Amino acid sequence: MGDAGSYTETFVELIRRASTELPEDVVAAIEEGREAENEGLASIALGTILNNIELARSDSAPICQDTGTPVVWIHYPSGVSTRGLRADFESAVREATARRYLRPNAVDTLTGSNTGDGSGRGIPFLHFEEWDEPRIEVRMILKGGGSENVGSQYKLPDGKLGAGRDLEGVRRAVLDAVVAAQGMGCAPGVLGVCIGGDRVSAFEESKRQLLRPLKDTSPVPELAELEERLLREGNELGIGPMGFGGKTTLLAVKIGFLDRLPACYFVTISYMCWADRKAAVSIAEGGDVTWLS
Amino acid sequence: MAELKLPVSEETIRGLEVGDFVELSGRMITGRDAAHTWLMQEFREEVAPFMKDSVIYHCGPVVAENDDGTYDFVAAGPTTSIREEPYQADVIGRYGLRGVIGKGGMGAKTLAGLGEHGAVYLHAVGGAAQVLARAIPRVERVFMLEEFGVPEAMWVIEVERFPVMVTMDSHGGSLHDEVREHSQAKLKELLK
Ligand code: SF4
Repeated sequence: MGDAGSYTETFVELIRRASTELPEDVVAAIEEGREAENEGLASIALGTILNNIELARSDSAPICQDTGTPVVWIHYPSGVSTRGLRADFESAVREATARRYLRPNAVDTLTGSNTGDGSGRGIPFLHFEEWDEPRIEVRMILKGGGSENVGSQYKLPDGKLGAGRDLEGVRRAVLDAVVAAQGMGCAPGVLGVCIGGDRVSAFEESKRQLLRPLKDTSPVPELAELEERLLREGNELGIGPMGFGGKTTLLAVKIGFLDRLPACYFVTISYMCWADRKAAVSIAEGGDVTWLS
Repeated sequence: MAELKLPVSEETIRGLEVGDFVELSGRMITGRDAAHTWLMQEFREEVAPFMKDSVIYHCGPVVAENDDGTYDFVAAGPTTSIREEPYQADVIGRYGLRGVIGKGGMGAKTLAGLGEHGAVYLHAVGGAAQVLARAIPRVERVFMLEEFGVPEAMWVIEVERFPVMVTMDSHGGSLHDEVREHSQAKLKELLK
């Protein structure tokens, strides 16, 4: 299934869609926010954001100049070469950068020089999983830097927050993170949270939570309840769009969990800005491409 | 919404308050990390006239070069301002800036500088790269392009109805401080 380079063009289109077209549920959530903010800077900010989303879509231009890190999850059937998929995805990143769907966004950490083509050590980040289906499924987010800077990891118990090793402790840590972030992650944001895991797995799981549709409900009833409560309480904090004050600080909260070591209890929070860019595609055995929303 | 023409007088700037929404028209300059260090090393005669009574924009644009050697801003949202906190107040004083545009707000030293010199902090909408690029119809010239690279160079640009919010003013007001204090108090309540 697939010669070298055979998926590159599909992946370029995947990146173009993510960078220039915000998913409909995200746009709808921002619109809801604007209706809730009846006046002042919060309402102007959300109006500008909606305007910007529309311009980007009609011009096929990046929604934000920070086009982020492509973080990608690929499911593939037995027999497909993951090395081939990686090579195709990396060339797609370079091509998308040349076509200006992405900004040259990879900096050599030691020399400080930009690699110039969008790819670099660890960029894009690709995660592979084999599955039983005969098709390939690729899901990607573009994770911006300003919002990445306000992500955080808590270690429970946390005496200062009065946070123990239970869901009430998780709630306390998450609300503290939202206050620490203020508007600096380009609020309103979406929180991807992972409870448990370790310092390797937890950040990845928190990012994977960002793939969920904004309005879905967690299959775990107590997490569904916590997600709803944190969304409500997060918005009661009054931080608002861009931190201008207002009712719309969060668009959604998504919580997953991993098992942990007896000694560790991490709460890991990835903050996704309003430019919640993601796209997904399914590639059938014969090569037919279906865009997933 | 008021339109504000650049260059602008100290009196007009002192008339602005936190919460005002203004649209800027006229000439301004971009500058971020490398520029601020450079501006403080010594007085830079060549860029000084473009800063006096105007504003500096914390922005790392995506720029297209046209066949005739002119430039266009393709995407031009604000970058996080707080990195310039150590320099900003001095740069404002030394070059006679009337304002700073960026995102996320700045700290106590800058706030004091705004009061002392008669300047404001203007917040552009983070991520609104397309809306803001369209409010920049013309790139006039560029300083330090080779030395700093495209995102860090100092671009002299003409803006037309460039939308910004006053979030720190020359009277000691800071929306960022207000919102932080209010949200911290609310958090305390929620965690009781
Ligand atoms: S946080 Fe998001 S919206 Fe804001 S500048 Fe970064 S990528 Fe763009």
